Amino acid sequence: MAALQMAGAEMVIKALVDQGVDVVFGYPGGAVLPIYDAFFKQNRLRHILVRHEQAAVHAAEGYARSSGKVGVVLVTSGPGATNAVTGLTDALMDSVPLVCLTGQVPTHLIGNDAFQEADTTGITRPCTKHNYLVKSVGDLARTIHEAFYVARTGRPGPVVVDLPKDILFASGAYTPPAAVPQRKTYRPRVEPDPARIAEAVELIAAAKRPLFYGGGGIINSGERACALFAELVRKTGFPVTLTLMGLGAYPASDRQFLGLVGMHGTYESNLAMHDCDVMICVGARFDDRVTGRLNAFSPGSRKIHIDIDPSSVNKNVRVDVPVIGDAAAVLAALLAGLKSRGFKPDREALARWWDAIAGWRQRQCLRYEKSDSVIKPQYAIERLYHLTRGKDVYITTEVGQHQMWAAQFFKFETPFHWMTSGGLGTMGYGLPAAMGVQIAHPESLVIDIAGEASILMNIQEMSTISQYRLPVKAFILNNQYMGMVRQWQELLHGGRYAESYTAALPDFVKLADAFGAVGFRVEKPGEVDRVIKEMLAVDRPVIVDVAVDPTENCFPMIPSGAAHNEMLLGPADKKETGPVSEEGMVLV
Amino acid sequence: MRGPCGVVVSEIETHTIAVLVDNEPGVLARVIGLFSGRGYNIESLTVAEIDRANSLSRITVVTSGTPMIIEQIKAQLSRLVPVHAVRDLTEEGPHVARELVLIKMVGTGEKRIESLRLADIFRARVVDSTTESFVFEMTGSNEKLNAFINLMVPLGLVDVCRTGVVAISRGAEKF
Repeated sequence: MAALQMAGAEMVIKALVDQGVDVVFGYPGGAVLPIYDAFFKQNRLRHILVRHEQAAVHAAEGYARSSGKVGVVLVTSGPGATNAVTGLTDALMDSVPLVCLTGQVPTHLIGNDAFQEADTTGITRPCTKHNYLVKSVGDLARTIHEAFYVARTGRPGPVVVDLPKDILFASGAYTPPAAVPQRKTYRPRVEPDPARIAEAVELIAAAKRPLFYGGGGIINSGERACALFAELVRKTGFPVTLTLMGLGAYPASDRQFLGLVGMHGTYESNLAMHDCDVMICVGARFDDRVTGRLNAFSPGSRKIHIDIDPSSVNKNVRVDVPVIGDAAAVLAALLAGLKSRGFKPDREALARWWDAIAGWRQRQCLRYEKSDSVIKPQYAIERLYHLTRGKDVYITTEVGQHQMWAAQFFKFETPFHWMTSGGLGTMGYGLPAAMGVQIAHPESLVIDIAGEASILMNIQEMSTISQYRLPVKAFILNNQYMGMVRQWQELLHGGRYAESYTAALPDFVKLADAFGAVGFRVEKPGEVDRVIKEMLAVDRPVIVDVAVDPTENCFPMIPSGAAHNEMLLGPADKKETGPVSEEGMVLV
Repeated sequence: MRGPCGVVVSEIETHTIAVLVDNEPGVLARVIGLFSGRGYNIESLTVAEIDRANSLSRITVVTSGTPMIIEQIKAQLSRLVPVHAVRDLTEEGPHVARELVLIKMVGTGEKRIESLRLADIFRARVVDSTTESFVFEMTGSNEKLNAFINLMVPLGLVDVCRTGVVAISRGAEKF
């Protein structure tokens, strides 16, 4: 059969369709006009026109993380590509599978400082999993198919395909996905080494004070990995803690769940991590937000590290049993190994361990001072959680205090429902991500728990949300400060609040109105429930401006440079020497 | 080894690592960017195509760091998409490492004669000469080259050009 002949731009569309893509987030420009022309002539792919390329990438991230599919972005050359860089870096840090198609000036002009030319492959090399510059129409379809393969396999990540304009006009033969030869390089390991599984099984079997430490890798692996993880946790009876990226990988309401781990994690999670004798890390990467001071991190434990990316192993923390493989494959092998060994947990030791945990739980580390006069941000999130229970609700966040409170107070029972910028900490992530989630789940409730500073970084997306009638809810905890910056200035810089207060904030109710959305403002604790119910009753985009206590700080907290057992539990809990050591001051 | 405050300080080790890559645009930039972006050292780096038919290049990089850093470097290199294989020649056993140097000497009289005599001892070859200059070519280990260059400095050395280390394992084993 003769290969299908077509123009490069048509090939792009065909390749996307053949990859199962149904929606593309993008913004047109000179270099990608041929692709937009091809878009115009078809109806199989939907295009969502964003208002800024960064938002296109975050929207694709929200889409990808809530659906398990690869998110697709289309932007033009030069500024289109450079605007996408923050989103790409975000996706790289949080292992989100994306394919980003960027326009490029025609091949004969590359290197000539042409109009809207940027060295896109050069700029995006360190912020993508891989990138390509297509120099011949014959390579075009194959490259796009390979980009999808690289993006979704192994440790997922963003892949850029740079497309010079002359390639889009040139005509060539289309290569279907099945005809693409497999690369000789790049073979991510999926199945674990049986010898490592055997070692891990022995460690688990001998554990007296074990702890599961789960991360986003479980969710990235998919529903099967989450189910196997829950099965393993229940079968062993061990306590489990999750990272910010891992929330939802294990049901939050279960009694074996200790809560979030790390800098703003629960007391019981962090103390359990510090005191455990066997740590079973699944799909997490011993990030500095989790470990605290490295030389005091879980000093008495032997560590099993399950990860698909060998470069995550022994990067920050030396582990005893590294197991390279896909979380689902490794967890299945562990379950089988424990079964064939006739595994019985050491009930007596485990009971003593749970007793210790119960003691830590009694500290009620998430307790906060209630108020009748001012809305505590924690209270607002608690109410939002309770009033949306039972609904199919997806939460995105921006970055800062509200993000941590959302992670602490919103309970996730299932994976794929929590989208936040973990590794990069990108303010402005939440609103466009919510947009992408809503596109993937048109019938579901999608809420961006936001701060007033973060949301202003991509507020222009209200226009996109309005255009596509996406009933996204922006729930802003408005304390008029960059709250986390203010908190650190209070703890580390003598309360000198340099530039962390936002004067001249917009009237968010009028802003909502201007964008064709519905706006509410709430200032009294007694009105929070009513406003949340009104928000939920509106089948249109909504901005809720919640005026919260401007001076509330996020606790518990492991100050930078401190160890897990040096947590601050509340505002009164300041150590005599001040909370932060000199070495801690220089850390972020 | 323990440093101040009981913190374990690992010895810095030097390793020679061979990387087999697809010879495609940007592959060298990926490797170099990885080292600079993550703060690893490059002491020497060489790259050339070794198999035109299969479009393969071989990169030899000499780097230094703690054992944990060396392990990271190898893991990071291995996950680059165009990388076929990464071999730590230092760890895997005996290997041959060679470097080539070109040295330009300018001078006349006794110094010129002395440089020629030393070149002979070091088995350096004269690849260019005028009445007032020589270019010597020499291959050898890194240490041998250093020794030769140091001797040449007071004798009128004006230019040095080194290729960086290339290395290959001893014995019958294939990459």
